Amino acid sequence: MKPILNVSDLSMDFGGIKALDRLDLDVCAQEIVALIGPNGAGKTTFFNCLTGIYLPNSGDIQLTCPQTGKKTRLNGLKPNKITEKGMARTFQNIRLFPQMSVLENVMIGRHCRTHSLVLGAILRNRRTRVEEQETVDKSYAILEKVGLAAQVDEFAGNLSYGAQRRLEIGRALATEPFLLLLDEPAAGMNPQETTELVALIRRIRDENQAILLIEHDMKLVMTLSDRIIVMDYGQKIAQGTPAEIRGNPAVIKAYLGEEVG
Amino acid sequence: MIPLISLKEMKRSLLIALWFAFLTFPIMVIRVNPIERTVSWRWTNLLYVALGSFVISLLVKAWAIGKERRAGAAAARQQTPGSAAISIIQAILNRPAYWYPLAVLVSGLALAFPHLFSTYQTNIMITALMYVVLGLGLNIVVGVAGLLDLGYVAFYAVGAYSYALLNLHFGLGFWAALPIGGLLAALFGVVLGFPVLRLRGDYLAIVTLGFGEIIRLILENWSDFSKGPSGISNIPRPGFFGVEMALDQAMIYMYYLMIGLLVVTIFVVNRLQDSRLGRAWLALREDEIACQAMGIDKTRTKLIAFALGAFWAGLIGVIFGAKTTFVNPASFTFMESAIILSIVVLGGMGSIIGVVFGALILILLPEYLRALSEYRMLAFGAILIGMMIFKPEGLIAGVRRVYRFQGRGR
Repeated sequence: MKPILNVSDLSMDFGGIKALDRLDLDVCAQEIVALIGPNGAGKTTFFNCLTGIYLPNSGDIQLTCPQTGKKTRLNGLKPNKITEKGMARTFQNIRLFPQMSVLENVMIGRHCRTHSLVLGAILRNRRTRVEEQETVDKSYAILEKVGLAAQVDEFAGNLSYGAQRRLEIGRALATEPFLLLLDEPAAGMNPQETTELVALIRRIRDENQAILLIEHDMKLVMTLSDRIIVMDYGQKIAQGTPAEIRGNPAVIKAYLGEEVG
Repeated sequence: MIPLISLKEMKRSLLIALWFAFLTFPIMVIRVNPIERTVSWRWTNLLYVALGSFVISLLVKAWAIGKERRAGAAAARQQTPGSAAISIIQAILNRPAYWYPLAVLVSGLALAFPHLFSTYQTNIMITALMYVVLGLGLNIVVGVAGLLDLGYVAFYAVGAYSYALLNLHFGLGFWAALPIGGLLAALFGVVLGFPVLRLRGDYLAIVTLGFGEIIRLILENWSDFSKGPSGISNIPRPGFFGVEMALDQAMIYMYYLMIGLLVVTIFVVNRLQDSRLGRAWLALREDEIACQAMGIDKTRTKLIAFALGAFWAGLIGVIFGAKTTFVNPASFTFMESAIILSIVVLGGMGSIIGVVFGALILILLPEYLRALSEYRMLAFGAILIGMMIFKPEGLIAGVRRVYRFQGRGR
């Protein structure tokens, strides 16, 4: 399998704190990789560096488009450019547009794949109308996929917590990514919703998208992921299949602390 | 209502009344007559203030309790953008059978207006229409894109002065100056926008406020360029294929011009709001980081909003110059920015029909209540505070569009 994301030697500090310390990481096409680690291990910082919200101090992030094989160095690119390159994300603390309808939230995701501007909006020529209708239809199709088709006209802010998480995934999917970053997608979900989420993530993977996710729900991580990467204090301390990680002493130490005596 | 208010609320209101009486004591009670060197104490005023504020605070409290009860009942019903509990005006707008005749009536009235009323009335109406368009322009920036711009009048000034100066030096006519004024203002919008759009909220407001003042001060002090505070006079009115017009005819012509511009503006702003760009503006107002993560170019989208808003201010600036045939910096004070902003806030952020109503109320009321002109600013402030408390979404809140999907018959 060919890697689509290569991260090498990535470091980021906030003053004296090393949030990320020479991190290396690969994600291959159609792979589900889970990033786990205790609170404060630097997982979300890592996501923010990948998506251009933070500028890393050193290191290299490279994205390879699986279709064209085109390589792009992501360091220093603006978040919207990175999304255009094919990597989309969700947020740990849900960041939907609460005063916009569910459908409009997904339509915003289509923004970077559409082009009409001021003149198109005013003249509403054929091209703009076709593009608009396509945006609406594709967004609706995505909402059917994430199971929110019944609530298209609802305000996003009125959705239940689990539905909001699914809507965030839908909005990210609308940008047509080949790599999807999910920051704690199951946080605050009940077991029923989590099961649905697992099915959804598998379906997304089957449609040729790789997934990198941060998660604390170990049951979900163990059942879902092809590979697990464990972080602590900004460093990668272990990596391997779920079975390997379960027995790894370094991981147990990071989570539970060292045995006394 | 009255039995709802407990003794505790009464005590609170009493305290509020006392505090108010204390605060207003220096201006309401003491009157110093510097010529006769006497001080008169008007104690009865103190009584009025205390009684008045007591009653008002009780009424407000009763209203709030009533609202809570109604909100409790309404919470059971779910709100959706398509079918929410909406105001009467929106209900009318949702039904073509209601609003078609209304639209015919309004447009008929608008077209007949200058023939039904005097030139003076027409003149006032032109001013009101100008503010409607200004409000719609600022609505793009403040209402839709959520960028608080307190220096909007600067772009208005750019438009007015570009016509005045181009006419003075190069003899350019109104119709040539109209697009140039608009484009120049838009250019200023972009130039200002580049450095300041990384700022948010209050900071952006302060910088734009400063920008507005800078433009005015330049116009006031750079006499070689702008003729300073004495301004530029003898600006020609808009021409109509070289036909000579008397003053009242010129006014009627101007009126129809404004009606035309207003229709175009409403059409354009409506389409902009309902587009890819309009959605991006709304999203930007709600969450910038999420917007960027979803692939929206923040800087470009904001700049477009700023430039478009400025463009309309520039157009109206040119028309202002042509209408008054005279411009000087005193017409472009911060007060103008504040009034235009109030129009947007009073009418309803992001709501076109709201802004139209807001402008007509805020511009026409003071004109027709000239007798009470001393209390104009007082009423202005009271209205704004009242709106913020009771109806923060404005007179007529914006309605969200409901989309239709292919082949699903929705």
